[in-house]
Amino acid sequence: MIGKYFSWVRFWAVLSKEFIQMRRDRLTFAMMVGIPLIQLILFGFAINTDPKNLPAAVLSADNSEFSRSFVRGMENSGYFRVVREITTEAQAERMLAVGEVQFVVTIPEDFSRKLQRGERPVLLVEADATDPAATSNAIAALFNLNQTVLNRDLQGSLGHLQNTPPPFELRIHRRYNAEVVTQYNIVPGLMGVILTMTMVMMTALAVTRERERGTMENLLATPVRPVEVMIGKILPYIIVGYIQVTLILLAAKLFFEVPMLGSLVLLSLVLILFMAANLSVGFTFSTIARNQMQAMQMTFFFFLPSLLLSGFMFPFRGMPGWAQALGEAFPLTHFLRIVRGILLKGNGVTEITPNLWPIGLFLLVAAIIALNRYRETLD
Amino acid sequence: MNTNLDVIAVQGLSKSFDGKRAVDGFSLNVKRGRIFGFLGPNGSGKTTTIRMLCGLLTPDEGQGTCLGYDIRSETAMIKRHVGYMTQHFSLYEDLSIRENLDFIARVYGVKDRQTAVERSLKRLGLSNRSNQLAGTLSGGWKQRLALAACLLHEPQLLLLDEPTAGVDPKARRDFWEQIHDLAAHGITVLVSTHYMDEAERCHELAYIAYGKLLIQGTAREVVEQSHLTTWSVEGEDLTALAAELKNRSGVDMVVHFGITLHVSGGNAQALQQAIAHYREDARWHWSPAEPGLEDVFIKMMDQARDNFR
Repeated sequence: MIGKYFSWVRFWAVLSKEFIQMRRDRLTFAMMVGIPLIQLILFGFAINTDPKNLPAAVLSADNSEFSRSFVRGMENSGYFRVVREITTEAQAERMLAVGEVQFVVTIPEDFSRKLQRGERPVLLVEADATDPAATSNAIAALFNLNQTVLNRDLQGSLGHLQNTPPPFELRIHRRYNAEVVTQYNIVPGLMGVILTMTMVMMTALAVTRERERGTMENLLATPVRPVEVMIGKILPYIIVGYIQVTLILLAAKLFFEVPMLGSLVLLSLVLILFMAANLSVGFTFSTIARNQMQAMQMTFFFFLPSLLLSGFMFPFRGMPGWAQALGEAFPLTHFLRIVRGILLKGNGVTEITPNLWPIGLFLLVAAIIALNRYRETLD
Repeated sequence: MNTNLDVIAVQGLSKSFDGKRAVDGFSLNVKRGRIFGFLGPNGSGKTTTIRMLCGLLTPDEGQGTCLGYDIRSETAMIKRHVGYMTQHFSLYEDLSIRENLDFIARVYGVKDRQTAVERSLKRLGLSNRSNQLAGTLSGGWKQRLALAACLLHEPQLLLLDEPTAGVDPKARRDFWEQIHDLAAHGITVLVSTHYMDEAERCHELAYIAYGKLLIQGTAREVVEQSHLTTWSVEGEDLTALAAELKNRSGVDMVVHFGITLHVSGGNAQALQQAIAHYREDARWHWSPAEPGLEDVFIKMMDQARDNFR
């Protein structure tokens, strides 16, 4: 059977060797089986491109049967969940800016009076359109509602108002992204995605490489301390990260004309925190992985859920509660909100704080784990 | 530091990996300025012992000091004053010779770094190749560079783990010249090796097998303590003779040395009896020989296997 060009014996030798090695590397094997399973369950159930139950606030100056019906109708559509009744414009503005609500419905004080007179009053719906995918279906549902929501209230003498055109006018303000440009949402988000990927991977590899090449033993025999190694290894990549950010921002400005309303200085300060958080993840991985291949796999193990559960690929609010809770743990989730907030909404320090401390907390935990896992000995 | 104090003084060191004892109740004292040879078969626990001495591993049991610092609690101080050369080249292959030395000098906080690096390069004879990547050096040069790197911070104790493995005889000789020179300047050296000629260059030896210290002393003492008697045989068809002798009681070891055969035994009389019949045979010429270190060590390893396995 030993042929000149192809021999089954030789082929079999290579094949069986490959299987033996695959079996030996337990972690890789576990990942090969485990990752698809986890992904299937995680993303199969979590991802939903038709988000419902979006938080909305109602600013009503007209406490009538009609306005209540309208709000009830909104909720019944399944797309909206009224979380608060508010009283001032400023409140509405703040809640949208922070991202607490996706919609603010403003009902003018003479709504019912004008409605009864057949003057077609205006209902204002402000939508946070930074992520167009998250709001488009809800807005479509709103127009549907417009036609039928008041039918039950408009009986008897008001019956004629049931006929087209609809008895009131819906005015939609797509805030922060009036022209519904997807790039405005994607390009700043990509900054976070690219940084997560490169920062985690580069540190994970940088330390694992030392172990794989045997230089770690020499390093450990010197008086150098873990914290010195960690900061010394992380800092260069923060600089690399800033180069990436500069390139992305330039491209965002020149090619995609993404608006940049907020302070870039603020953004670059947030970036330090965000990059450090990702770098400590990479550092932690490098203390666990035995070779660069494993470090690579761990990077993807972290990167994929970051990407899919953060709200970058799919609307965050479309996911079930448990998936949102999981998503809240990733730095990328919070960074996406911050970077969109700063660039598109012009957010300042106070608006981004709710998303800043979770990244800080993540960094703290990851750094403690990394430093504890990094051994000064070979034990 | 008190110069009368032993540079290495450890008692009862033990270390296990996954339930397997790599080092078992190891005790050792080494005086200042001595070259201490550390011998033993592969996997006998030499590297583990050295790593425990320089604070890279924490012993499971036992205690002791290295340069007067506790090997459990004062590893940071030990690291500062010990030069450790790993078994495999562990400098950065993608850094140049100069960059490697510079890095090590910085990590140890060497005073007047530039001069120290320059001096080291000059001593190495690598001044004009200092920008070459360390990864492109040959085995012998890598070894020299590694030694130069662990001398940069002027350590008082050198721990060298098989420094000459895979190095040619000339480079090995130069290396040992340098080791003796360092010892003359009061530096203590503990060096592990598999080469018997190197063992004989050491002031003192220790032989370790299966994690236990079997014997310790000067080369002469080690040979004497072994109570080994050796005969040298010359003549025809030694291979057949060797096969025959191996099975006789009183003969512990039969080893080929070129055209001669070394026949050794732990009991001189029993050995005499065993070979008496063959000594009368005219085909062979027998003469008493001095047992070598290698004979002693191989015998000890066999004994150790009987005792511990």
